This record gives sequence, structure tokens and C-alpha cells, in this order.
Amino acid sequence: MATIKIDIVSAEGEIHSGNASMIYAPAQMGEVGIAPRHAPLLTSLKPGEVRVEDEEGKEHFFYITGGMLEVQPHIVTVLADTAVRGDELDEAAAESAKKQAEEALEGASDETDIKRAQAELAEANARYHAAQKLKGIKQ
Amino acid sequence: MAGDKEILNKIRSVKNMQKITSAMEMVAASKIKKAQDQMNASVPYAERIRRVISHLGAANPDYKHPFLNEREINRVGIIVIATDRGLCGGLNVNLFKKVISEIATYQKENIDVDLVLIGAKAVQFFKRLGGNVLATATHFGDQPKVNDLIGAIKIMLDSYNDEKIDKLLIAHNEFVSTMSQKPEIKTLLPVGILDENGDSLQSHWDYIYEPDAIDLLDGVLMRYIESQVYRGATENFACEMAAKMVAMKSATDNAGDIIDKLQLVYNKARQASITQEISEIVGGAAAVSE
Repeated sequence: MATIKIDIVSAEGEIHSGNASMIYAPAQMGEVGIAPRHAPLLTSLKPGEVRVEDEEGKEHFFYITGGMLEVQPHIVTVLADTAVRGDELDEAAAESAKKQAEEALEGASDETDIKRAQAELAEANARYHAAQKLKGIKQ
Repeated sequence: MAGDKEILNKIRSVKNMQKITSAMEMVAASKIKKAQDQMNASVPYAERIRRVISHLGAANPDYKHPFLNEREINRVGIIVIATDRGLCGGLNVNLFKKVISEIATYQKENIDVDLVLIGAKAVQFFKRLGGNVLATATHFGDQPKVNDLIGAIKIMLDSYNDEKIDKLLIAHNEFVSTMSQKPEIKTLLPVGILDENGDSLQSHWDYIYEPDAIDLLDGVLMRYIESQVYRGATENFACEMAAKMVAMKSATDNAGDIIDKLQLVYNKARQASITQEISEIVGGAAAVSE
């Protein structure tokens, strides 16, 4: 029986890798079934279930929160998201990152004081190296 | 003798410190491996996405996504990834030094810099020294998650899309080995030309797109940038653990040295007091027998 290689990966790690005789995925325009020798396809995925039927007819289930599906002649790749995505959710996340910055940096100036920064860093660095050197002499 | 007790107290307190530093060293050592695994786990995803982008770029030569286009630089964005916690040697200082000199070069050319800060130490540093900070993300615990970074990244991507910034850089420590970490500044946007040589099929085939190529390219590029920042965060975490282990090891060694020295001082003092007592007794006995 013809099989096709399937890789399910996310930014945080590999989720599944193996051979399959059939793959079902929740594409943006409706569920798709991918059989071996499917035409090259690229589509985004909705949150849902990816089903992989391996060579022995056993089914594997993976829940994904969305992502991308790429089909090439010999390999299918699911680029799974690790978080639930959506324009509004992303917007909210951006908003909270901004707010966090405002709170954390209240009262700080907009201009970086380069001279002071360089002086302080040089001092910290010198202190660090002096400590290292001192240690070298002792031993 | 009064000095004895003080020295003993000092020794005890240094010993307690040594216990803490050596525990921290062991904790850091045990976390390095996991942090490294996590850092490497993001590689297949990024590679896959790179391939898709390069193919999309090759298949749609008419459409130029802003992320792929170089334009004149008026303002630069930098994502600075530092650690959340201290006690990791010169790790953050070295990184900040590199970032500051980068900012200084841009300021010389009258190019302003926007910052997104990741890690509490970066926030602390730029709070004191100023800087136009758009967003921050801190306190990830032991495992940075993509989810924690999305908001901060989106702000930078949005300002790139709105042409508020024309170039996006990322600064973090690179994990060379357990003993060595190197601060590194890389360009995220515009995404350099992604040439995947050796894929001779490329010019002969194209995907079927659902819904359409341009939306997909958008989504793929955004995820690509996110995966790069995520990789930076995990790599920086691995660096933190390695640097912490080395720093705590040397702190433990130093504490040992101090304990040895104090022990010597204590022994000498005790010996001196015994000698004195004996000579007093001998002196007293001699006076009596005379």
C-alpha cells in the first residue's frame, strides 16, 4: 500500500513523525483528506483534530489549535500553532505587552542615555573581570 | 577569647552561603540539558517554514510582501532578550554592551531606535537608562512559551507593517558551549532572500492554495518571525543556565577559599590563646616555687 511521510511539528517541538496511508486535517475551507500522491497543497488550519491513519490501519489523533498544512509529493507537514490564535486574541496580547511596558517603565525617559549606559557597563565589566583575575591569582 | 567566637560565626555564615551557591550550581547544571533540548526542538519547525517561504516567494514573483522588501532605514526596532534573574556572571552585561553600541551607531546616523524588551533584567536596565520601549514580556519561569511572546512580537511586526520601523533586529546570547556564550545581534526583518539551492523541482511546480497565496504568506511569515524570537528566548535561557552554573561554581570555590583562610585565622588565634595560658601558668608556678 502506498504511504506518505507525515511530520507534525510546532515551534516548541516535534509532535509526530511517521508514515501514513491517509491524513485528515481541519483546513480553513473544510476538512481535507490527504492520500499519498496528493497534489502539492498549502492551506491554513482551523483548531481541530488531525487524524493520521498509519500503514497498519491504526489511527492517531492530534488536537491542534490551528496552523498550516503543507503537502508535497512525498511528505505532508503540519505546522501546528502552540497557542490559540485569532486577530482579536493577538491584538489583546499585544495590548497587554504594551501595558506591561508602560507600567514597568513608568517615569523612564524615551532617550537612551548612551554615555551613562556605556560607563556603567564598562564598570560592571571591569568589576567582573577584576573578580575573575583575582581568583586566578589566588589559585 | 572574644575574637574566636566572631570568627566561628563568620565561618558558619560563609558555609551557609556556600551551601546555597552550590545548590544553585547543581540546579542550573540539571536545567542546561533540558534548556538545550528545548532550544533544538524549534529547529525543524523553523526549517520547514523557511522552505515554505522560499517556495512561496519563488512561485509568486509579482507579489512582494513588505517583510521581504528592503527599504530605506529611518527607524530601527530591536528585540532585546535578556534573563529574568541575575547571578549569571557577565551574561547580561555583555549583551547590553553590544546593544548599546548598536544603538549608538544608529543614533550617530540620526536613526532612532524602538525597543521591545524580553526578560526582567532588560526591563530593569532600560528603565534606568531610558529608551523608547514599546512592549515588554517577562517572567517565563523555566520554559519560555510562544504564547508569552506573541503580544510583544506583534507590536514590532505591526510597526514594521505601518512603516514606523524599517528594520527589525533581535539581540540575545548565543549558546556556543556550556563555558562560552556570545552576545549576538541578528536581522529579523526584512527577511533575507531565502535561497534553497538544490531544489530543482522548485520552478516546475506550485501549491494549490486555500484560501489564497497572499494570506498564507502573511501567516507563514508571521509564524516564521515568532519561531525565530522563540528560538532566541530558549537559546538565551540555555545561556543563562550555563552562565549561572559557571558563576555559582566559582562562587562556591571562592567560599571554600574564604572558609580555609578563616579557619587558619581561627586556629592561630586559638593557638595563641593556649600558648598564652600555658606561659601564664608556667610563669605563675615559677613565681610560687621561688
